[in-house]
Amino acid sequence: MLMIAWTIYVTFAGAVVLLFLPSIATRWIALTTTIAGLALDIIAFVRTPVADLAHFATIISVPWVPSLGMNYHLAVDGVTLTMVLVTGISAVSTVLFSWDVDYRQREFFFWLLLVVGGCYGVFLSADLFLLFAFYELVIVPKYFLIAIFGSTNKEYGAMKLTLYSFFGGMFVFAGILVAYVTTGSLDLNQLSQFQFSPELQSWAFPVLFIGFAVLAGIWPLHTWAPTGHVAAPTAGSMLLAGIVMKLGAYAGLRVAMNLFPEGFHMWSKWIAVLAVIGIVYGAAVALRQHDLKFVIGYSSVSHMGFVLLGLATANALGVSGAVLQMFSHGVIAALLFAVAGRMIYRRTHTRELDALSGMNLSRAMPFAAFTFVIAAAASMGIPGFSGFAAEITILIGAWKTYPIAVWITGAGMVLVAAFTLRALVKSFFGAVRAQTVSVPTDADWTEQSITLAEKCGACLLIFATLAVGLYPKILLDRIMPAVEAMRFLK
Amino acid sequence: MVGLVSGLIIIPLVGALALFAAPARNARLFALLFNTVAALNALLLCRHFDVRASGVQLVERHAWIPAIGAEYLVGIDGLSLLLVLLTSLIVPFAFLAQRMDRGFCALMLVMQSALYGTFTAQNFVLWFLFYEMTLIPAFLLIKIWGGENRDRAATKFFLYTFLGSVAMLLGFLGIYLARGSFDFATLASYGKNGLLTGKLVWLAFAGIFFGLAVKVPLFPFHTWLPDAYESAPTGVAMVLTGLLSKMGIYGFVRLLLPLFPNEIRIIGPWLLALAICSIVFAPLAAWAQSDLKRMVAYLSVNHLGYCMLGLFAVAASPVGAAIDSQAALSGVFMQIFNHGITAAALFYLVGLLEQRCGHRSIDRFGGLMQRTPVLCGWMSVVMFSSLGLPGLNGFIGEFLIFKGSFGIAAPFTAIAIIGLLVTAIVFMRTMQTLFSGPLAESCAAFPDLLAREKIAIIPVTLLMFAIGLAPQFMFNIFNTTVTQMARLWA
Repeated sequence: MLMIAWTIYVTFAGAVVLLFLPSIATRWIALTTTIAGLALDIIAFVRTPVADLAHFATIISVPWVPSLGMNYHLAVDGVTLTMVLVTGISAVSTVLFSWDVDYRQREFFFWLLLVVGGCYGVFLSADLFLLFAFYELVIVPKYFLIAIFGSTNKEYGAMKLTLYSFFGGMFVFAGILVAYVTTGSLDLNQLSQFQFSPELQSWAFPVLFIGFAVLAGIWPLHTWAPTGHVAAPTAGSMLLAGIVMKLGAYAGLRVAMNLFPEGFHMWSKWIAVLAVIGIVYGAAVALRQHDLKFVIGYSSVSHMGFVLLGLATANALGVSGAVLQMFSHGVIAALLFAVAGRMIYRRTHTRELDALSGMNLSRAMPFAAFTFVIAAAASMGIPGFSGFAAEITILIGAWKTYPIAVWITGAGMVLVAAFTLRALVKSFFGAVRAQTVSVPTDADWTEQSITLAEKCGACLLIFATLAVGLYPKILLDRIMPAVEAMRFLK
Repeated sequence: MVGLVSGLIIIPLVGALALFAAPARNARLFALLFNTVAALNALLLCRHFDVRASGVQLVERHAWIPAIGAEYLVGIDGLSLLLVLLTSLIVPFAFLAQRMDRGFCALMLVMQSALYGTFTAQNFVLWFLFYEMTLIPAFLLIKIWGGENRDRAATKFFLYTFLGSVAMLLGFLGIYLARGSFDFATLASYGKNGLLTGKLVWLAFAGIFFGLAVKVPLFPFHTWLPDAYESAPTGVAMVLTGLLSKMGIYGFVRLLLPLFPNEIRIIGPWLLALAICSIVFAPLAAWAQSDLKRMVAYLSVNHLGYCMLGLFAVAASPVGAAIDSQAALSGVFMQIFNHGITAAALFYLVGLLEQRCGHRSIDRFGGLMQRTPVLCGWMSVVMFSSLGLPGLNGFIGEFLIFKGSFGIAAPFTAIAIIGLLVTAIVFMRTMQTLFSGPLAESCAAFPDLLAREKIAIIPVTLLMFAIGLAPQFMFNIFNTTVTQMARLWA
């Protein structure tokens, strides 16, 4: 169990080490670090008995600032382990898809590893202050990743994302202070036993939850997500959609819902309403976009809507489905962004769907086309991929609580299929015949075949979505007991 | 023999992967090799299948996603076996029909595996997985290798079917919530006494009905079909009409009719009216077509309409003599198989004509009899089989359907006879235009049937005569299943 804590140390250590070594070693160190993290996740995942994952079990607890009750306290349960696993998978594939970064390379991988390490930290924290510290720690490197290495409108996107994050963080901080002042404790396990008064819960819950949900892209506070995704470099989009958006949803579940269950019950139907709007709105807007990355950015809003809907159901099945969807979306969004940002944009220097549809890319890049077909299928919820397993679980859970939401969500799923199909067709299977291919202005286009690193990264993500889609039991067995142990369930 | 059914599903999938290890030039050969193995497997299945035993046989059951009541449950009864055999026959026929590159072959094999899965799965989630697994391959096959208008046709096909699938999924979620099971047999046992209560039952019914009616397709949900069949390459059109449409009919037999017997009785006349519309309007539409492939596509709707007529007549009759129900059901099963081979053969021959002169416009053919007597003779046989001439296979199925339905729903059946007449007119007109008259310009350099083309079509032709003259061997496969179903619905 203790080894899972090493994911944090290893990642931060890797970040520091690569600063002091010659730049030739930089990306290898980044790769080794993230693979080590993933290996630790997998070992912990396989070796930990399923029964031990039913409660939030402490793995290390060291006093930090004893006078204020702050501890360096990490804990793990099935939900945490799932999130840690998706972090590891996304991190490795992100490094692989950033293999070609030359511009300020050392700095780039330094920031990248800090984000990954911070995410590990948030998922494993069992102390409110520690969690908040890691949570804020992620924001700064994100800003630099986008502002320095980004593309379209990068300063704007970076600044918007950062301001939104701090805005949410302010609410979170207020919520944490309330909990601390009332109870005098910052320990999540203790806090989740404490009975807050219903009046306090009725206003403290929305403050805390909305604070976290900003990062999860809840409608109408989602607007940072598409611009941020578009502005970010490929690695940035992959991490942002793959892991960082999950921080918000995870913390909402772990902190807001667990601490203030009654407040959650008072507000859950409003969360469901926002979630359903997010699902349909995100999909409808994505249908009208001309930039491939904007399409995927809005699809993230739609998919995160499923997570919030699952959380709002307040039953074991729905919440477990939400956690499964976090895993699933982490993998699928990373794959989509990898194709759009790395495979397509790096070679064609355009993400305009209309321009791409004239290039007949499926012939020029069959592997990229294959990857995007898989990613699109997974994204639209075709059975056999992780998205379907998560969505059906969420829908069954939601039916118990909000039957109407399920029917509206059904319409949303069709919209998701429609825009995904549109993006797929326009980007790879344009209406142009093979003879009239008029592409790539780039002189060295032909030499830029898909590299081994890209293939490995794509295969890792495809494997993850297929494995979980075909056999979701492997995750659900670990998630469900942990969710059932939480006290907000009705 | 354990694993026979799973083997059937896995073999084509392995084949699809293996194609990419084999040299690209011989892709079609490899695909045919795997088809042979699958066909041998199907024959083995036949040997181990006890035709006298009722219920599902050769069952394989494994835990899959216990959280949502999904398990890996496959097995076969008479109907499943019939469709498995049909799949094993039509797919290799389609492979022989045209040149294909590697990706084409791989997608066809994936589709084959999905078809085997659909026809053998006995749990809704598993069934739905396979049902949806055909969607992306079919879309890509039309989209990439299709003819004119392929973009619109492929998108229309995909979105229409996807909409139906989501509706069906939601319907089934409602059932699952009420009954806590996805198992076909378990759900069917509830059917008699009302599966659901109140408004929900009609919502669920509407969802599932819509999903299946789109897939078959039943009037007025058929509008995607002419476009899709017309633009699909020959091999794909053969699989679409021969097998994919059967998935819808199979769904009606396996899901809708057993689960909602009372509801079907209530709206039975309306359903029969839809079937009649399919039967009468489709050949009228076919009459108006100038494109040979579109004409065959509309006639397909007509032939599938007969199946629906028989099914709805049996299911909707408040009191029907058991002998009529059995006759109608046997006819439906027979028609499923007959339409599979005959329509595939028709598309194959149309494909040959198109290959030879590069167009499909009926009016631009003429005088083929002078140059290609063998081709014309062969085509006449297939057309006569399709219009139901006694002595050929089409007659048996249609006769039984009419005989059975007439005893149960005489007025509707009487109207349906108009369909027979119009079909005959359409075929006679086509034969006359194509075969007789002065030799058309585009047909001047027109080779007769080549040896390899003959080899491809000989097996199905032999079957047409065999079924037409001595159909008992076919009845043996599904007699027990028919008796059992008729008793269940009576």
